[in-house]
Amino acid sequence: MKRQGFKKQGFRSFGCFGGFARRAAFGSFGNLWVFETFETSETSETLFHETSETFETLSHETSFFMRALYCLLLTLCLANASFAQGGELRFSLHHEPKTFNPLQAEEDSSDTIVYLTGGVLMRVNRQSQALEPALASSWKISDAGRTITFVLRPNVYFSDGTPFTAEDVAYTVRQLMDPALHSPIADQFRTGSGAVQTKVLAPNRISVTFPAPIVGLDKLFDEVAIMSAHSPRKEMAVLGPFYVADHKPGAYVLLRRNPNYWKKDTAGHALPYLESIRLDIQPNRDAEALRLRRGEIHLINVLDSEYYDRLASIAPGALHDAGPGFDTEQMWFNQVPTASLPAYKLAWFRSTAFRRAISEAINRADMCRVVYNQHAQPAIGPVSPANHFWFNASLHAHPYDTQSALRRLQQEGFRQQGGKLVDREGHAVEFSLLTNAEKKSRVQMAAMIQQDLGKIGVKINLVTLDFPSLIERITQSFNYEAALLGLVNVDLDPNAQMNVWLSSGENHQWNPKQATPATAWEAEIDKLMRTQASTLDANKRKAAFDRVQQIAWEQEPFIYLVHKNALSAISESVVGAQPVVLRPQTYWNVDVLRLKSGTGGH
Amino acid sequence: MVRNVVHHALMIAATALLGGLLTATMVRFAPGFSADERQLDSRLSPESMQVLRDARAAERNVLPFYAGFLFRAAHGDLGTSRTLNRPVRELLAERWPATLHCAGIGLLLGWVLALTLAVSAAMLRRGAYDVFATVLAGVVLCIPSAVLALLSLFANGPAALVVALIVFPRLYRYCRNLLGQSYTRPHLITAYAKGLSGPRIFCAHVLPLAGPQLLALAGVSVSLAFGAAIPVEAICGIPGIGQLAWQAALGRDLPLLLTLTILVTLVTLLANLTSDVVAQALAPGQGQE
Amino acid sequence: MKIARRIAWVLIAVTVLMCLGAGFLAPAHYATQFREIPNAAPSRAHWLGTDALGRDLFSRTLYGTRVSLFMAPAAALLSTLLAALIGGAAGYLGGFWERVAMAVTDLILSLPWLFLLITVRALLPLDVAPMTSIAVTFILLGCLGWAASARVLCAGARSLRQAEFVLQARVSGMHGFRLFAVHVLPNLKPVLYAQFWISVPVFILSEANLGVLGLGVAEPMPSWGGLLRELESMWSPMAEAWKLAPLLLLVLVVGSLQLLISQEEVA
Repeated sequence: MKRQGFKKQGFRSFGCFGGFARRAAFGSFGNLWVFETFETSETSETLFHETSETFETLSHETSFFMRALYCLLLTLCLANASFAQGGELRFSLHHEPKTFNPLQAEEDSSDTIVYLTGGVLMRVNRQSQALEPALASSWKISDAGRTITFVLRPNVYFSDGTPFTAEDVAYTVRQLMDPALHSPIADQFRTGSGAVQTKVLAPNRISVTFPAPIVGLDKLFDEVAIMSAHSPRKEMAVLGPFYVADHKPGAYVLLRRNPNYWKKDTAGHALPYLESIRLDIQPNRDAEALRLRRGEIHLINVLDSEYYDRLASIAPGALHDAGPGFDTEQMWFNQVPTASLPAYKLAWFRSTAFRRAISEAINRADMCRVVYNQHAQPAIGPVSPANHFWFNASLHAHPYDTQSALRRLQQEGFRQQGGKLVDREGHAVEFSLLTNAEKKSRVQMAAMIQQDLGKIGVKINLVTLDFPSLIERITQSFNYEAALLGLVNVDLDPNAQMNVWLSSGENHQWNPKQATPATAWEAEIDKLMRTQASTLDANKRKAAFDRVQQIAWEQEPFIYLVHKNALSAISESVVGAQPVVLRPQTYWNVDVLRLKSGTGGH
Repeated sequence: MVRNVVHHALMIAATALLGGLLTATMVRFAPGFSADERQLDSRLSPESMQVLRDARAAERNVLPFYAGFLFRAAHGDLGTSRTLNRPVRELLAERWPATLHCAGIGLLLGWVLALTLAVSAAMLRRGAYDVFATVLAGVVLCIPSAVLALLSLFANGPAALVVALIVFPRLYRYCRNLLGQSYTRPHLITAYAKGLSGPRIFCAHVLPLAGPQLLALAGVSVSLAFGAAIPVEAICGIPGIGQLAWQAALGRDLPLLLTLTILVTLVTLLANLTSDVVAQALAPGQGQE
Repeated sequence: MKIARRIAWVLIAVTVLMCLGAGFLAPAHYATQFREIPNAAPSRAHWLGTDALGRDLFSRTLYGTRVSLFMAPAAALLSTLLAALIGGAAGYLGGFWERVAMAVTDLILSLPWLFLLITVRALLPLDVAPMTSIAVTFILLGCLGWAASARVLCAGARSLRQAEFVLQARVSGMHGFRLFAVHVLPNLKPVLYAQFWISVPVFILSEANLGVLGLGVAEPMPSWGGLLRELESMWSPMAEAWKLAPLLLLVLVVGSLQLLISQEEVA
């Protein structure tokens, strides 16, 4: 508070120059960048109004040289002063964070805090999707993808003042590769058995050698926040733009600006601009949307389409649709041979023609329009078009064609009988579709599928369960017939989906943990996934995974329904926000976000 | 007297322990117990998946787990919450004040609202007023708790008021009927005929008649208020025990659920015992044998 | 009051007739999705507008009334009977039986029955018939909803144990269940009526919440509880006032029930 008051006083002492700078800047330098800086400060705005009259008077009396001199002086003064730091950004976490340890973060809330506080060696720019240097000014991959050598930025300190050196990177890697640590971040680095070697080559150089090659090795470090080897504050000493200042369990987490943050903006000012971030714990989405509407929070990072439309009439300027996201919604049939299903049902589900017919009978366009109000696109396959590099552009969405669906079914021996579809043996085609009740959009999609398939004589029993019961059925007891769930893709690289596509994978949802592939196409997918995981050549990997997508499109073990758009809401008082598709959608550039004057301050 | 106290204490302890055992059994055998949503994360290795599956091995056998839990609890260790990764004791210590505030004030307000309406309706005995009170209570009773909580959020109202609105219609109906029944007793007609004033009749004759049941209702209303606090805390973002209970239920967090159930059982038992004791003190002839 | 009761009778009768005649009165089947007009305002074709999937809300309200109007009072009756038997008998018998019954009641009030409900759902087949699921749901609600009033009934019965008319009846040779049924239970009617009246809307709303667990009324069949849950998504009740119709209907029915079941001695 005192610091901000002092800054305001500092501005006022330059008051007599304020108007000169603005007018001179407009006249001499072009107005854009100076105009922007004025906008960030209430005091600067006041200066403009107070001193513009003065300038008007003086401009008639002083020479051009004097005006230019004043302008230069003021520019120099205001360049520092007008980047008013301060303000508290507020948004919600949907549940209590489980940990502040960056290597153990597994859920949304912990991931959010790690992103805001953690310093990483390299950062994937969420906008361009390109990898950029961060704490490592450069790096080199060698030894066929087994070794990565980092050159670290000098003169960097943790939030508690402890110096950052190669020792800290070595410590972090050792912690990451601890066999007792079982986290998704750590598991992505474990491609082979054997110890990981870290070699500190200099205080600012370190090489890390893994027992086996890792594809996309450098991009994986985007998720690894470096921990201090020596700080007594352990994981609470951070290298990111903010540090955890306060935590009231169940209520909020307060982050404050890291005074030792290494990054500066292009003009050399220390980042971040914001003074603090307050993360309120708010599980209820209706309440969260209400709070945004009332201005109590500044953003909603991932917004459901239902709230997007409701907020559209109230705060249209706050809403952002960044286009198709990476997430998918899909349904699949249980093909586990040991599942407690009647043999005839298992036969249906294992038939490619049956699955293709069901897929063709589903009106995806209607789903996008009715459930998501056009904030979604019919899905094509496992990869969204938003994933520019990995998406197989030769594929197109399955058409909605009930006649074609019926023809496929007829070829398989199905027929219509009294308005119902029956198989060769006369069994009426009827199955249950599971989904989780907490997600309203999924229940609505399931109801639409129920109606669509009803038109071709297929009866669906819609069953909504609580999430743990659902997970148990689809991963352990396999006591289900069909399920509808979504997949949140946080990683662009298909290597993160190995366990989905390998027939032996735990997440090969329709028939997991196969000893040997049950079908020829699954065997082919196994081969292709292993191929893409064993080469560093991006084009070869792309070709292999394109073929995987092609097979998935033809066989439809997952019937992909929609790619939801990446929707977010950001108050117009937040300056610098550029919502993107890759998570975190809104605050990926938190270090350059600012708040407009008079909003969100202390 | 001492014998009575010991007897009651033993009953309470036995009931709470039985409640804990039943809870542990229900949670253990409910679907989803061994499921973990992290199993859907495709980045996890098979070894990590196995670790997730084995994480609940110690809780699979109910009786040894429960015995171990009680032994540790006797030494002050209530276990660690799976969903929040923190000691249960710490979580309770942080959160019970918020629930006490929300549920406690809500309950008090609920009683004030209910009694105000019920007493005035019983004393005035005007059909139109009765209909008005019935409709008011009926409307509030028919609105889902989540909607009430959201309306309160919208209007910046206190969460305790929502608890009060959830609890008051139930209390009102019981109170109105009990007080109404008392007014129909023959001796009250005599009292009116003899010229006793309304308030005097109410305090001296109506209340004592309805008292034992009203006191029993007071005991029961404590558990009603706690139950009402769960959705209210979840929606209004209040870091209380209700919010904790909901998260624990969704995550099948056995140590936390067990502790919460035993706590709620103890509170319920104590509240009901208190109402029984007060009722007995006020009307000794009608006490338990 | 007589006029009010007559109005209540008419309301209930009209509601029952409308829901029985839903097949004739409803402009569309409750599951039919008019996907071109989701969340539409009332019109000539759709008197109460449409829901998020374009389903006619008037039809869904009518069909939903069928489920809720018959099942919820039945479940409320079950819980009331259980409360009367357990609470009333406990207070009447006193001593050990009263202590045990009240301990059980307190346990019922404290335990997280959510897990029992989840287990029951797991025991049912996935393709369970809708009516079976609904019946199981309301039976469970009835079996679990008696505890609160049982305590109050126990206190009432306990007071009546020493009442003069009960003593007189005992001296006259009336004992056991007959004494309980003829003299004690009728005097507990106010609490029983209150229990019934409260349980009806509470069970209707609870049924909707049980949908999260896979119990209750499955899509696309509507219920009052499901329709009322939609209110959680309303931000401006005035802007979409027609969506309050199920709430209004529930209030009217519950209010009418209260007027019908109240006796002169309670008024």
